[in-house]
Amino acid sequence: MAVELKSWKELPIGGVIPGGATPELNKTGSWRAQRPIWDSDKCIHCLQCWLHCPDDSILIRDQKVTGVDYDHCKGCGVCAAVCPVDAIEMVPERGGAG
Amino acid sequence: MKKVMTGHKAVAEAMRQIEPDVVAVYPITPQSEIAEYYAQYVADGLVRTELVPVESEHSAMSACVGAAAAGARVITATASQGLALMVEILYIAASMRLPIVMALANRALSGPINIHCDHSDAYLARDSGAVQIFAESAQEAYDYMVMAQRIAEHKDVRLPVIVNLDGFTLTHSSQVVETLPDERVKEFVGEYEPLYPLLDVDNPSTWGPFAMPDYYFELKRAQQAGMEAVPEVFLSVQEEYSRLSGRPYKGFFEAYKLDDAERVIVVMGSTAGTAKVVVDELRARGERVGLLKVWLWRPFPRAEVAEALSGAKAVAIMDRALSFGNMGALYLDITSAFAGREGPTFVNYIYGLGGRDVPAEHIAQVFEGLEDAVTGELRYLGLRE
Amino acid sequence: MPNVKVLAQRQEQRGSRFTGGHSLCSGCAEPMIVRTVLNAIEDPVVVANATGCLEVASSRYPTSAWNVPWIHSAFENAAATIAGVEAAYRALSRKGKITKRIRFVAFAGDGGTYDIGLQALSGALERGHDFLYIVLNNEAYMNTGVQRSSATPRGANATTSPAGSVIPGKPQDRKDLTEIVVAHRVPYVAQASVSNLIDLANKVERAMKYEGPKLINVYSTCPLGWRTPWDSAVRIAKLAVDTCYWPLYEVEEGVYRVTYKPKEKLPIEEWLKPQGRFRHLFKSEKGKAIIRELQEAVDRHWEELLMKERCTQGKA
Ligand SMILES: Cc1ncc(C[n+]2csc(CCOP(=O)(O)OP(=O)(O)O)c2C)c(N)n1
Ligand code: SF4
Ligand code: SF4
Ligand code: SF4
Ligand SMILES: [Mg+2]
Repeated sequence: MAVELKSWKELPIGGVIPGGATPELNKTGSWRAQRPIWDSDKCIHCLQCWLHCPDDSILIRDQKVTGVDYDHCKGCGVCAAVCPVDAIEMVPERGGAG
Repeated sequence: MKKVMTGHKAVAEAMRQIEPDVVAVYPITPQSEIAEYYAQYVADGLVRTELVPVESEHSAMSACVGAAAAGARVITATASQGLALMVEILYIAASMRLPIVMALANRALSGPINIHCDHSDAYLARDSGAVQIFAESAQEAYDYMVMAQRIAEHKDVRLPVIVNLDGFTLTHSSQVVETLPDERVKEFVGEYEPLYPLLDVDNPSTWGPFAMPDYYFELKRAQQAGMEAVPEVFLSVQEEYSRLSGRPYKGFFEAYKLDDAERVIVVMGSTAGTAKVVVDELRARGERVGLLKVWLWRPFPRAEVAEALSGAKAVAIMDRALSFGNMGALYLDITSAFAGREGPTFVNYIYGLGGRDVPAEHIAQVFEGLEDAVTGELRYLGLRE
Repeated sequence: MPNVKVLAQRQEQRGSRFTGGHSLCSGCAEPMIVRTVLNAIEDPVVVANATGCLEVASSRYPTSAWNVPWIHSAFENAAATIAGVEAAYRALSRKGKITKRIRFVAFAGDGGTYDIGLQALSGALERGHDFLYIVLNNEAYMNTGVQRSSATPRGANATTSPAGSVIPGKPQDRKDLTEIVVAHRVPYVAQASVSNLIDLANKVERAMKYEGPKLINVYSTCPLGWRTPWDSAVRIAKLAVDTCYWPLYEVEEGVYRVTYKPKEKLPIEEWLKPQGRFRHLFKSEKGKAIIRELQEAVDRHWEELLMKERCTQGKA
């Protein structure tokens, strides 16, 4: 991920970062050694994985899990650890985010 | 309106007229009365300021940073140890380009603990990134408090501004001060326009991020641009204020009988008043002496000061603080401006530490001493050997 | 009371207030707590953050994980900084320049709260600013390399209180910050844990009913510093709660309520054993004596807490 470094003249005043979060600039999925695999058949949509995910990487719609954001998931395994029905399995990462 | 008042009162009056949104202060001699006057104004409903009576100066400056980033106009005041406690956060305020105005009632830093005047507190904040102005009188303290607001908040500057006034000599002595009508001050300072205020919750901004070597340097260079913008803004604010007040403020320093002067004293703060008296006396005897009184110390107007001193034969640069292990800071400011070119003889005087009196005779001795001065000499004025 | 669906619904509606893309360690408890706290608050918020893991990892210039206005100034001044923001809010509201209701949250570590930031916190509590202060209590200075703090438990191996052949880890007991805050008689004080996030969300909601200072001391597993597996944040914190080492309780207008009473109080070893920072305690007589003392202290404090609950609820 080539990051373009700016000149001092282009920086907003006071070191402020205007405009809120920039998840697109820091794809922490590359940290992952293990990959969570979510099984939609087993899932009972209790949202425990979503609640605990440190990287906000459990994707939801209408309060139901829809998948994992592999761009940011660091593969900690907390989601698998808290799932009451073992609907998430951690498997070795074979490289490549996404 | 002309009235007799102390320097405290003059500063507090300026603050009342500016009526900042937030004032966060902590008492310390010789500043406390500023905080007390202002608290009374709040208690009497004369201002709609939110007063934050913090538990320390560290928190005073921290609350100022929070309030200024939130979008409020903010003023504080302190002295000596209080400034020392603030310094960590003052650097941060400057890096965030927050236009916090501060009255600094100059007092010697401990130790030993001492409550009287010198400039060691201002010198401690020398490299903080705050603009620093020195007042000679209560009148100047009042005037610069009002002007500081405009300098600090100018879109190209956006930096904290410290208005230095000598502890006791100015803060506690009664002088004639002419204040402006309230409305004139309000018009002059105008409405504060914050940038990226935290309270704009619909447009969230991240303030005070963590910078690695890939950006820290660029961010500091960008901060320097604020300092670079000060001189022009300073002059234009002075000009506008002079028209408003009828008091002539023109330039980064006051050149007193400097034009044809051979021997010159450079000084900051109230000592300039004494020096003027001595200059007048010596002039009456036909001696070509003069005074350069620095108003704007940071950023330092190197070129203009050098230009003003280039015709002199010998210059005594007076520092009211030691910079241990080297010449005084003002001395270095000025002599470095002459690097690589011919200039007068420069001698450094350390004077007035911890409230040591600076009577006219001592100033006369300085002028006398310039006869046999050698560049690079460090002398102590009024010290028992 | 916000259940997990309510929190999820809120996040879906208004977007995540604290997003992925930060660099906190994999499996760190801090972001779980932060997102839960922010989801539990209905109104717009402004956040102040003390220096520490959360701040460093969420604001690496020019990136940010914050979708709410956020300010970091220094390590010891989160409370003073948020006090300033709140003072600005009051002043500008009075002048009619702000019309929205905005709430204020400070996040700080145990180091930034128990130690270097205690004075600023005490001042802000006493002055009565309207803010919620969240302690991310991972029981050491993690950001700078797991040095001891006054929240570090007795016997723990930290880099400035290392377990050596003579001294078996930190010699001193932890400080009871929660009770120090209770002594300020602020409207709401609580202890919560990353193992019980819905309990935390409920506490945040109850706290936010009050105008004035509120503090929740949240137990926050640090897999790196505690030397536990990356997926262990919830499990280890749950053991702290179930051994009553970290009781979940609240003090609302002076009235104590224990919000979770374990059916079976587990022995302290259950919590100590899985953590690398306590491993040495099991290997020497001195260490075993410390374990006994820790158990005694936990028992005593738990009984005290139940007593306070009975007394303040008028059931003594
Ligand atoms: C005045 C000052 N002293 C020391 C530090 C170095 N420092 C930064 S963060 C930190 C420890 C943070 O510990 P804690 O508050 O517990 O937060 P954690 O990182 O554990 O979440 C220290 C010692 C600093 N930044 N400022
Ligand atoms: S924890 Fe398990 S069951 Fe619950 S929503 Fe996540 S995957 Fe589904
Ligand atoms: S492995 Fe960790 S980061 Fe990835 S989705 Fe699960 S909880 Fe989130
Ligand atoms: S060191 Fe500990 S607290 Fe800090 S980010 Fe890593 S796991 Fe979290
Ligand atoms: Mg910590």
